[in-house]
Amino acid sequence: MDSREITTQISKAADFLNIKKWDYGASFSNDYSVQVDKGEAKQLKASQKQILTLRVWNESNLVGITTTSDISESGIKKALNQANIASEFGNKNERTEFSPLAKDPIEVKESKKRNPFGIKKLLMLLREAEVKLIESHESIKSVPYNGLSESFYERVYANSEGAFRSHNKSQAALYLYARAEEKNKKPRSSGSVKLGYGVEDIDIESCIKDASNKTISHLNYSSIRTDKYLICFSPESFLTIINAFSSMFNARSILDGVSLSNKNSIGEKLSTEALNIYDDGLHEHNISSSPFDGEGTPTKRLCLINKGRIENFIHSESTARIFKTIPTGHAGLGSKVSVSPDWIVVEKSEENFDLNTSLDHSTYEGEFVYIEELNAIHAGVKASQGSFSLPFDGWLYKNGKKISIESATVAGDIKYLLKNIVNIESSKEVTTSGISPHIWVDELSITGDA
Amino acid sequence: MLSSQIKSNEIVFGGCNKDLLEEIIFFGIGLGADFVEIFIENTDNSSVLAEEDFITSVSPSFGRGAGIRIFKEKKDGFVSTNDLTKHGLMRSVSQAIEMLDITNNKKGEAFSGLNEHRDYSLSKKKWINEVPSIHEISEKLLVSTKSLKKNDKIITRKGSYSRNLQEVIIASSDGTYVSDIRLHQTVGLNVIASDAQYRSSGSRRFGSSGMPNEFRLWNHEKAANEVFESSMNMLYADYVDAGQMPVVLANKFGGVIFHEACGHLLETTQIERGTTPFENKLNEKIAHESVTAIDEGISEGSFGSLSVDDEGMEPEKSVLIKNGILKKFISDRAGELRTGHKRTGSGRRQNYSFAAASRMRNTYIAKGEHSKEDLINSISDGLYCKSMGGGSVGATGQFNFAVEEGYLIKNGKLTNPVKGATLIGEAKEVMPKISMCGNDLELAPGFCGSISGSVNVTVGQPHIKVDSITVGGR
Repeated sequence: MDSREITTQISKAADFLNIKKWDYGASFSNDYSVQVDKGEAKQLKASQKQILTLRVWNESNLVGITTTSDISESGIKKALNQANIASEFGNKNERTEFSPLAKDPIEVKESKKRNPFGIKKLLMLLREAEVKLIESHESIKSVPYNGLSESFYERVYANSEGAFRSHNKSQAALYLYARAEEKNKKPRSSGSVKLGYGVEDIDIESCIKDASNKTISHLNYSSIRTDKYLICFSPESFLTIINAFSSMFNARSILDGVSLSNKNSIGEKLSTEALNIYDDGLHEHNISSSPFDGEGTPTKRLCLINKGRIENFIHSESTARIFKTIPTGHAGLGSKVSVSPDWIVVEKSEENFDLNTSLDHSTYEGEFVYIEELNAIHAGVKASQGSFSLPFDGWLYKNGKKISIESATVAGDIKYLLKNIVNIESSKEVTTSGISPHIWVDELSITGDA
Repeated sequence: MLSSQIKSNEIVFGGCNKDLLEEIIFFGIGLGADFVEIFIENTDNSSVLAEEDFITSVSPSFGRGAGIRIFKEKKDGFVSTNDLTKHGLMRSVSQAIEMLDITNNKKGEAFSGLNEHRDYSLSKKKWINEVPSIHEISEKLLVSTKSLKKNDKIITRKGSYSRNLQEVIIASSDGTYVSDIRLHQTVGLNVIASDAQYRSSGSRRFGSSGMPNEFRLWNHEKAANEVFESSMNMLYADYVDAGQMPVVLANKFGGVIFHEACGHLLETTQIERGTTPFENKLNEKIAHESVTAIDEGISEGSFGSLSVDDEGMEPEKSVLIKNGILKKFISDRAGELRTGHKRTGSGRRQNYSFAAASRMRNTYIAKGEHSKEDLINSISDGLYCKSMGGGSVGATGQFNFAVEEGYLIKNGKLTNPVKGATLIGEAKEVMPKISMCGNDLELAPGFCGSISGSVNVTVGQPHIKVDSITVGGR
């Protein structure tokens, strides 16, 4: 069945069960992936998946939901029945409705769907990449974590009032994590990830080069003394921090009492006036972009921080209604509708008079810690309290030299971090999770074992 | 009911599928596969969320699917599908054969049909009718969240429940043919406390396998008291000063240190990747002689227990480390094939869309002879980690995990609560530093995410003392 037929099937089954109001979100995907081990195929994977999430409203306008992978006629009827039963427990205190924007026109950019390469071609490309990466430096002994994959999927949203949205896409990913070993030293590992609409869009050579350079750059390492340091966050690591604390801009988190912000936080000064942050799900570099969210609301660019102050929150239909605004296209369909950002873009505003522009990671000669990548976010971030304590990969720059830092954590408070931004470099970099320049922060605690 | 509506030429849950499964396996072997494995599941799950004094989410879900794995020499091809018809399964076999580039010039291993059906589900079919109803769950969750409201500093209260019922059929070309039903239930309580600029949180999670009545027996008042006290103790805590120091890790979830720091490195998937420092250390000393560590899937009701693993093997009790000496690795079928370590009944996967891999089950450090007080009294300046958060282990073996509730130890006594601590280290350096084990072994449920998805596990230990470890703080 295609998505139109499924919608018709659901409509018929709902009529049969006397369910007047319903909506659904679905995804249908075909995924292919390969992994290699020293020139040999290790695991080759293919999967065909379908997930359907159905919501129904009962006569008291309470919502029930069911998720299923069975989209046969009987499976759809069973799902509607289950959702109907669940609606008895629907939340009376925060009622959910259809998004008022679910039928608004959506911005569909040029289709970037690519054709499948197929498993054999994926395998050949990954084998070649593994060999090249190992040959790139004598210390690189293996590539223990590697994979090349391609996915082809359709996302659908439809409801009983005639809204219907469908979006077909393809996506490919390559990751290469090398392991380097030298005598009398600990093994070191680093890697690179590249995304594209299809395998042909992935710069494989650049992924190999990045993985090799990063790994080799960590071969000479040293412990760091526990102290407070001037920090330069790489674009990737700064985006990791912002995403980890995105509950500050999340209306759902605010209503749930797990955000550092509250309903009145719009306008609150968080940082230097030089800082702007946007959520831009439709950005041309966002490979995973979708033109609509789980409730069918169109995706759009939204300013979260303007000149250092909170400008907007991200919303679902129900949080927008409570905040007396409109949905922003950030909802995820569920019994309790979730809200999350799409693609964070960090920029320097015009108001940059309070920055120390001499801080540039490629030219600054004073002592600082460069944080390349933050790890273990799930363990080291307490978003509801604003605190973090995270292991990282990075270097200590001192006396014009850099040395990789062994086993260290950076700890602090997100509000302190934002307030202590001392420079935002001019050039921005595209990463797999957003866009950001290098960001400098003064006086953050680093724990090492020197 | 789990049993599905059946059509001919389609997998029948609760019925006999022998002929169909044999036909599919014969098909794969005939095309040149060395080994064919079919994993089929039917799930019926529910989750309920209570926030403050209301039920805010009830989410039932159900699904069916199959994962088909073909081995040719040491490589494997894995295909997953929602199509459980004969045609769909055959197509998946063909796809896996094609991926592996197998031509039937060279015949695969012989297949002489499936063995007698081992049906572990017989006594478990009634579970679906014995688990608590949504009404019953909702009522108890609401009572639980209400009992968290012990003062006005508690600003958010949550109670969550989830129930996963998974019916599986596993068949493979070595004759394996088994069925089972697995039931897992978890319930958790969370609070956030706030007073002026101070904030803290508290949480506890409980879980069981194969015990439909367990939620009814859960002592929610005791749980609520623990969560409340933890949040209050930590509300005004100062941040810990970073540095190297001795620590005492509490029992139960304190075992996450062994799980993350060492357990993962004893999975054969790590040997396959060449990422464990213990690869060639069998029968060598890798830990302090006070450490004996076990991984097993047989403790009745424990969250990581199973009647049969996802490759059709009954789980073993595996002594991984005995008195500091490495004795065994945790192995699955691919691990045995690629590393030579015998299977331990540890082939596990989140669901049909993942190939099984060697994964931990109930993993714990065995009890020693000391009291908790002995451990604390032996430290003049250190940290007591009463409650642990999550953690992770990096590609080169370094681990870290967060301390949810910590107290300074001064001159052998517990003193001020401290927050923001992270324990950082490497397994091979920390294991020899576990110098004392308490006599109060307890287990705690958790979820472990790795190569074959998220699986239910138990971590555990008695109180243990680590002589020196890096504590990240401010």
